[in-house]
This record gives sequence, C-alpha cells and structure tokens, in this order.
Amino acid sequence: MPSLEQKFTLHVPSSTQNLAMIRDFVSSVGEQAGLREEDVAKLELAVDEACANAIEHAHGHDATKEVVVRATFDERTLHIEVVDTGRGFDLGHLAPADVEALVHERRSGGLGMTVMRSLMDEVSYEIVPGDGNRLRLVKRLDK
Amino acid sequence: MPHPFVVHRSTEGELSVLSLDGHLDAHTAPEFERAIQAEIDDGRVRLIVDGSDLRYISSAGLGVFMSFIEEVRDKGGDIKICGLVPKVRQIFDILGFPAIYDLVDSRDAAIQRFAEAPTREV
Repeated sequence: MPSLEQKFTLHVPSSTQNLAMIRDFVSSVGEQAGLREEDVAKLELAVDEACANAIEHAHGHDATKEVVVRATFDERTLHIEVVDTGRGFDLGHLAPADVEALVHERRSGGLGMTVMRSLMDEVSYEIVPGDGNRLRLVKRLDK
Repeated sequence: MPHPFVVHRSTEGELSVLSLDGHLDAHTAPEFERAIQAEIDDGRVRLIVDGSDLRYISSAGLGVFMSFIEEVRDKGGDIKICGLVPKVRQIFDILGFPAIYDLVDSRDAAIQRFAEAPTREV
C-alpha cells in the first residue's frame, strides 16, 4: 500500500530575525512526522544552519529576497529543501570544519555545513539555473 | 517573532560572568559578541560563560566563542564555559570544542578551573 506523503512549505523574507519562525515551523513538521524529541532538535538546528547560510551568504542579508523551506515526509523519510536565489557554491569543495584552524584564523564562520552533515542522514546541494539553489536535507524516520 | 536572548553580566572577584539566557542563533549572536568585546575593551579577559539558561545554540553562537578565544588567551585570560544543558552541550561536542575550551558543570567549577589554569594554549 503506498504511504501518504505530506507536504508543507514556508516562505519568509531573507532576514535572520525569521530564523526563530523557521525553527518553529520545522519543529512542528518534525513532530508531525513522528520524530523523537532529540531528532526534532537536530532537524531544527540543521535547517537553521541551511537558512542562515542562505540569508547571510547567498542573499547578503537582503530581506527583499525570500527563503523557501519545503518539507515532505512519508512513513519512512523526511525531506527538507531550502531554496535561495543567491550565488551558489560547490558543496564538494566544503571540507569538514577544522575548529582549531578556524580559531587560529579568528574566524566566526565555517561550521554550518559540518553541523548539517553531522545531524542529518544526507545533505546535498543543487544549483538550478534560473530557479534558485536547493539545499536538501534528509532524515530517515525510525518507525 | 525572534526567540528572546539576553546576556546577564556579573562578577566573581576578578572574573566576569556572562550568563546566556534564551536562544543564541545568527540573529542574536551579535549581542553576545558585543558583550564579550565590552569585557575585552574593559581589560577583563577572565571570562566565565554560564550556559545554564541557554536553550538553543547554532553555529553562529559557537562562532563567537571561536573568534575571541585567541585574543583573550593572548592577553593572559580565558573563556571557561559552564552549565550547558545536554541539548546544547551536544553541539559543542559534535564540533570538538572540548579539545579547545574548558567545559565544566557549574559556575563554582569554572571559578576553580581559573584558579588551577588561568589561561591555556590553543
């Protein structure tokens, strides 16, 4: 029997003040998908990281732009897609963060992708010319 | 509405204590950054960051710890972190922060740690 797929979408202006709203949205989706509390927290943080990257690096804090968070889940898997319209990057060139090196460089950034990869089952990225950049996060549901 | 975040400042002798309350993310990290910068500008580089009431942290918050630690240690001080709840501590652990920072259970333990090791090499 095919499982029922549920879809939810949030559109927000590209501003860090909306990160809390995004986390609330993702938490609700995670709870509805049946994730355990600790996995809801991981999902919330991974999506926060993806959206903060989009807001700061892709859109340069331009709140006239929009970040879109699409969530889809069925009985087995939860997919989140974060869409921005900024300049894309090559995910393959982003090595895991070396915190000691970042400390020596007195950097405050560079941890987001490592956090996402640590918390999610899959992280992928696609640049769709003319249709935005999509960062995809996958969490398998233990049911 | 953004989730609230407040930095409460107090002192324990020559130590400054910054107690973080709420949600530390890319939106609220600049407030924490300003609080640490104010201590450094004031010549106070022995800092305890009390995370007992910190409910959430993202990498933007962790980045604040990263960007200041060398400057603070260069000046003979340190940042000791205490009281993190398990959900928050987990993120510090994932990124390997315990290798670089003293993370202890309580404010008293942080004070004791300063007595034993006022600063450390990165």
